Amino acid sequence: MSTRSEILKKIRGAVGGPDEKNVRRVSVEQHIKRHPAGTLPSKISSKAGAIKLFIKRAKSADATVEQCGTANVAEQVASFLREHNLPATCRTGTDYKLKRLVSSKANLLELSEGPSDGNDITAISCALGGAAETGTLILVSGPENPTTLNFLPENHIVILHEKDIVPHQEDLWKKIRKKYGSGEMPRTVNMITGPSRSADIEQTLILGAHGPLRLHIIIVKG
Amino acid sequence: MEIRSHKFRQNAADALANEQLQNALAHVRSKFIQKRAKAVNNLKAFDTLRDNATAIKNHTLENLDVYLEIFEEKVIAQGGQVHWAATAQEARGQVLDICRRVPAKTVTKGKSMISEEIELNEFLEQNDITPVETDLGEYIIQLRGEHPSHIIAPAVHVNMDQVRDDFRKHHTHLPEDRVLEEPKSLLLEARGILRERFLKADVGITGANFLVAETGTSVIVTNEGNGDLTQTLPRVHIVLASLEKVVPTLEDMSQILRVLARSATGQEMSVYTTLSSGPKRPDDVDGPEEFHVILLDNGRSSMLGTEFQDMLRCIRCGACMNHCPVYHAVGGHAYGWVYPGPMGAVLSPSLAGVDKTGHLPNASTFCGRCESVCPMHIPLPKMMRHWREREFEQHLSPPSNRRNLKLWAWFAVRPGWYRLMTRFSHLGLRILSGWSGSIRWLPFARGWTRHRNMPGPERQTFMQAWQRHLVERRKS
Repeated sequence: MSTRSEILKKIRGAVGGPDEKNVRRVSVEQHIKRHPAGTLPSKISSKAGAIKLFIKRAKSADATVEQCGTANVAEQVASFLREHNLPATCRTGTDYKLKRLVSSKANLLELSEGPSDGNDITAISCALGGAAETGTLILVSGPENPTTLNFLPENHIVILHEKDIVPHQEDLWKKIRKKYGSGEMPRTVNMITGPSRSADIEQTLILGAHGPLRLHIIIVKG
Repeated sequence: MEIRSHKFRQNAADALANEQLQNALAHVRSKFIQKRAKAVNNLKAFDTLRDNATAIKNHTLENLDVYLEIFEEKVIAQGGQVHWAATAQEARGQVLDICRRVPAKTVTKGKSMISEEIELNEFLEQNDITPVETDLGEYIIQLRGEHPSHIIAPAVHVNMDQVRDDFRKHHTHLPEDRVLEEPKSLLLEARGILRERFLKADVGITGANFLVAETGTSVIVTNEGNGDLTQTLPRVHIVLASLEKVVPTLEDMSQILRVLARSATGQEMSVYTTLSSGPKRPDDVDGPEEFHVILLDNGRSSMLGTEFQDMLRCIRCGACMNHCPVYHAVGGHAYGWVYPGPMGAVLSPSLAGVDKTGHLPNASTFCGRCESVCPMHIPLPKMMRHWREREFEQHLSPPSNRRNLKLWAWFAVRPGWYRLMTRFSHLGLRILSGWSGSIRWLPFARGWTRHRNMPGPERQTFMQAWQRHLVERRKS
C-alpha cells in the first residue's frame, strides 16, 4: 500500500470511517460551495466609512497614504520620491491602466517594465483591492503586476482605486472568485499590511526587513 | 535534533542559573503579553472568532481525509505535485530527491517548524546542499548552530550583543570597523547578505500556516517578507506542511487569521499573508516553475480519535508559551525538543513518545493561563494530565513519585485519616515556621527551601475554618 493510502486509511479509521457512499464528501463539497463567511467584526455601512477606516488602519500599520484624482497620480508619485530623495525611476508591470495613470505630459517619472531582479529602488503596482478592517492591500500575480515588485525594491508604491476598497477580506475573496472562477486562483495572492518589519532582535520592532522599507498607498478617487 | 527532554530538570536548573538567558526572557514576559492583551481588547468579536475558529478546525479534523483529497486534487489540477510522507525520514528523502533532480546547491528557507521536526538542515548539509535560513531569527540561530527556542521568535533567547558578535565572526568579508550598535544596523546587514542568497538559490522551502482545500493553496504568514521571496525567486518551491494544516475555504482561513496575528504578536494582521497556488502560469513573468507540497504525518494521524485530537487544532501562535510561568523561567531550549512551552508539553509526547519526553507534561503548575489565551480553545492542562496518567500507567515515572502518589491515594479515599494527616502536617508546618513566619527549612522538600522560603500555613486548616464558619452562621 502506498504511503498516501496508508495515511488516508488511518485517518478514516479514526474519524468518520470509510466514506463509501460519499456522504461526507458531498457535505464537504457543499460547505466549500457555500463558503459561509462566519463573523465579520467591524460594521461598515458606507463606502466613505470603508475608505476612512482603510486609511486609518493602513497608517497604523506604518504605511503612508495619499488620496488624489486620476489626473494627479503621477505628481503624487513624484512628490513621494522627492520627499525621500529617491531617483524618479520606477519599475512597473504591464498594467496599462496603471501606466496611463502614472504617465504625464511633463514626464515626471521614468518607467521601466517587467519583474524585478533586485536592482530597482522603487516599484509601482496596482492593487486588486483593499480590506478596510485591517488596512490590508490585496495584489495578484501576473504580467500586469509581477510579484517580485511587491518584495524586492526598497520602496513600494501601490495604486488603489476608491471603488476597490471593501469592508472585509471576505469581499475580496468574492472578487477573486468572480475574476478567476470559483475555486481558481492566480499563482500568488499577496495580502500586504504595511512595510516589512522584524522584531527578532530583543523583540524590538524595526521597519524594513527583507521586503520594502516603505509602503506608500495612493488612493485614486472616482 | 537529539531529544534532550529527559534531562529537563538539569536543563531547567542550568537555564535558571544563566543570567544572559534570564535577561532575554524578560522580553517575553513583558512585551508579548502586553501586545496580545491590547490587540484582543480592541476587537469585541474576539471571543466569537475564537469559537468560530475552533469549530472550523473541529469540522476539518472530522473530515480530514476528504479535505486532504480535495486539496490534493486542486494542487494537481493547477500543475503542482503532492507528496505524502508518513515519517520524518520519508519527508527528508522527498526533499532530497527534488533537490538532486534540480540539481540544487543552495536552498533558501522560510521559517518552518516542520523543517525543525524532520531535522532537514542537518540532512541537507550531509548531502552537500547548503540550507540558508532567511527569517532573521532563524538566520541568527543558524549562525550560532542552535535550534529555535520559541515557535514564532526563534532567537528570543539571544541578546543583541551576542548577535553583534556572531555577525562580526561570520561576516568576515565586511569591514571590521563597521558600526553595529543598533538592532537596525544588524537587520540591514542581514538583509544585504541574504538578498544575494535569495537571488542565487535553486530551491525555496517554506512551511505553511494553512492549506486551503477549496483552491489547493498554501498560505504563509510573515512580517519580514523572507518567506515570500523564498517562494517567488527560486525555480522550485517546496512546501512542508503537516496534515492538520488544511482548512476548507478562503473564508474559513480569514476567520482563523483574525485570531492568529492578534494572539501571536498582537498585530491585527501580519504584514504579509501570501497565498500560493501551483507553479507560475504561462503568462507569469516571475514565480517558480515547480510547486511541491509535502504532506507530513509523523504521528499526527495517531492523535485523531484520541484524547489528544484537540491538539491538532493548534495554529502555532505561541500565546501559550508567552503566558507560561514555566516557559518564562526556563526558556524554550530546556524543553529539549522542537516544540517548547505548553503546546510542546502536549505535542512532544505524541510525536516523540512519552518515554522520551514524559518530563514535559510534568513541567506545569496547571495555572491554566495557556488554555485561557489559546485562540483555538485547546484544553492544554487537561491533556498534560492525560500524559501524566499515561506516564504513570506505563510505569515511566520514578519509583519515589509512584510511592508517594500511592500513599497520598490511600489517604485521599479515607477522609477521616486524611483530615488527621492534614492536622498533623499543619501543626508540623506551624512549628517549622516559628508559629507565624515563613519556613526556611523543610524535610523532604529541600529543593524548594534551598532557593526560597515557603510561606507558613494559616492558623487553621480549611476544614477547621469551615466548621467554625458553619457554627457562626447557625448562631446568627
